[in-house]
Amino acid sequence: MTAEELETIAQEEREACGRKKHHLHVCMAAGCLSSCSDRVKDALEAQVKAAGLEEHCQVKPVGCMGLCAAGPLVSVADQNVMYKEVTPDDAADIVGALKTQQPVQRLHCRMDVPFFARQKKIVLENCGVIDPERIEEYIAAGGYTALHQALTSMNTAEVIAEVSRSGLRGRGGAGYPTGLKWSMVAKAGGATKYVICNADEGDPGAFMDRSVLESDPHRVLEGMAIAAYAVGASRGYIYVRAEYPLAVKRLKIAIRQAEKQGLLGHNIFGTPLSFEIDIRLGAGAYVCGEETALIASIEGERGQPRPRPPFPAESGLWGAPTLINNVETFANIPPIIRQGGQWYAAIGTEKSKGTKTFALAGKVNNTGLIEVPMGITLREIIYDMGGGIPDGKKFKAVQTGGPSGGCIPEQFLDMPVDYDSLVKVGSIMGSGGMIIMDETSSMVDVARYFMEFCMTESCGKCVPCRVGTVQMHDLLTKIIDRKATVRDLALLEELCDMVRNTSLCGLGQNAPNAVLSTLRYFRNEYDELLVEDDAEPALADAGAKENAS
Amino acid sequence: MSAPTTVVSLKIDGKDVSGRADETILDVASENKIHIPTLCFLEGLSGWGACRLCLVEIKGSHKLLSACVTKVAEGMEVTTDSPRLLKYRRMVVQLLFAERNHVCSVCVSNGHCELQNLAQVLGITHIDIPYRYPTLPFDASHDLFRLDHNRCVLCTRCVRVCDEIEGAHTLDVMGRGIDCRVIIDLNEPWGSSQTCTTCGKCVRVCPTGALTRKGTGVAEMEKDDQFLPYLTRMRGSQS
Repeated sequence: MTAEELETIAQEEREACGRKKHHLHVCMAAGCLSSCSDRVKDALEAQVKAAGLEEHCQVKPVGCMGLCAAGPLVSVADQNVMYKEVTPDDAADIVGALKTQQPVQRLHCRMDVPFFARQKKIVLENCGVIDPERIEEYIAAGGYTALHQALTSMNTAEVIAEVSRSGLRGRGGAGYPTGLKWSMVAKAGGATKYVICNADEGDPGAFMDRSVLESDPHRVLEGMAIAAYAVGASRGYIYVRAEYPLAVKRLKIAIRQAEKQGLLGHNIFGTPLSFEIDIRLGAGAYVCGEETALIASIEGERGQPRPRPPFPAESGLWGAPTLINNVETFANIPPIIRQGGQWYAAIGTEKSKGTKTFALAGKVNNTGLIEVPMGITLREIIYDMGGGIPDGKKFKAVQTGGPSGGCIPEQFLDMPVDYDSLVKVGSIMGSGGMIIMDETSSMVDVARYFMEFCMTESCGKCVPCRVGTVQMHDLLTKIIDRKATVRDLALLEELCDMVRNTSLCGLGQNAPNAVLSTLRYFRNEYDELLVEDDAEPALADAGAKENAS
Repeated sequence: MSAPTTVVSLKIDGKDVSGRADETILDVASENKIHIPTLCFLEGLSGWGACRLCLVEIKGSHKLLSACVTKVAEGMEVTTDSPRLLKYRRMVVQLLFAERNHVCSVCVSNGHCELQNLAQVLGITHIDIPYRYPTLPFDASHDLFRLDHNRCVLCTRCVRVCDEIEGAHTLDVMGRGIDCRVIIDLNEPWGSSQTCTTCGKCVRVCPTGALTRKGTGVAEMEKDDQFLPYLTRMRGSQS
């Protein structure tokens, strides 16, 4: 593959596309597929054929368009029209409307609403636009030019400098500066190094990485290849959970296509860079999203974390220096190389640059996937873009960061969304799950739900997480059952502090967050459930005393 | 000629000490007679860092680190004992007592149990955390040994000694979280194991009464794990 060949593919693809007058895009990502968008696509194809428009109209499967709540989604790209909740029976009307240029009113989904208008798409720029199963479309959209540019006109230090300049921070949740991580792996000694893409997205209500992998898999491959060049790795792994079969399928297709075009494999673009990518499937353990557990899992060991230091940058997969980044982090790399770190750094806030994807879920009118510049307020996301709370209910809290995150109450709705602000109010950015809760949710229930999640997902290696989460869960259940006293609540708080400070990995360290943040802002809900202290607990203690001695 | 050794100096509990760069904080502390409580750690086995008893404070780090796996570094300032650390260590031991059915008075290891010793050393007089009293099985199918899950603390010393020293890897852990359990082969009765060499190392390293030798009375059930450093040293000198 050369730059000319890349350009030829892009040219041909654009010409083929230009020959068609109409472009019907049907979302074929998991959300819309689950409401049978594949049958909508078949029906549209049949109608196009029946209307004799095959020469002029293309029906294309594309990735996620974002507004998952209103799926299946179909867009008429040439007329900038989107249709929502399309059924196969609507196909005739949609095809009929192509000629009149008058959108079908009953299906029309306005694109000028804040949900779409307020977004800034960098990671998701190709989602819902290109066919994720065709490399030609990715190339026509400018794909793999960043890899070419990095390999042929930049040295490794320049690539890392560009990433550092962008201010990009890890999108998996912790927000570690990406450029710094890359430079550490680049400087680490050793002939063998690895690049790993963490696609073990497991937070309840989070589907950002899933959408990227299902809608634009080549972007992640390109980001990984650029990283491999920068740090000096020749082998990469994508660790993706087996619960994402469509993402796995599309990744496999993408890897095969990239290998065939010489964009992965030996001597990419005629340079000395050789880079191969393999897929490893996660077997359903949430903790394997923790980097050291993920590495253990790839090695074929039990998926359990290891103490850090040493960090993977120094000693990771099979003891070799290893770069681990999240799907969204890698997806940000090609545009950063293409348009420069300066351009990226101009978006967002001082300490949180660029954009972030969020998966809106829970009690909000527009559930779906959005990409917004950092620094946008929670109120803008929930009320303007999300369309507020359904059924006229009152907002109560928003949970960010998954089981490791916390609940943010109404008084912080005008706070900017960035890494540091979220930590200040007791939550974290996390990977981008955002669960909105209305007045009907009990915050103690919410805390127990997340504690139950952590308890069942604990690997069982370290004592605080293995036993502490169970004890905290039991105490929360006792509170909900109205059997707990002030002393139980005090013990719960003590356990929260202990588990947070003594657990081996992030899962245990962050497990108490849901309890701590709800205690901080909704303590009255706990207090209301407590009962008067009586003599019984003292007896129970006496029994335990005998056992121990 | 051997590779040059990097030597570092550091402070442990205010005392100036020296160490080789490949030593852990725990190594250097014990050389200097500074006692740090441990449970999953055992000299001669790989570091595991799971019991969290040996957590220490390191100046400049907001996280507590386990002394058994953290290497010393130049200028490090370590605190091995503080009210906070003592509180956490007590809670770890309490959580372990409450996790399974540890009833010292009827245990074969009463008086020779590391969990019991830890409770005494840390001044634990009673358990504030509710006992869970789980129903757990007991495997007495082996001719010589018994495996009692009620008394297991999941330190995985047995798993590591079987894998790293004996090389049999008969023992491992199955399940997740609170359901974790030490298993023989693919969760089979010990007596029918094809891989167990009946060497007994697992029993000798077990800190509690979970692994015991049949036919021993309470007073006799003394564990002896001093063979381990010797074995590791001898193996090291062979290679």
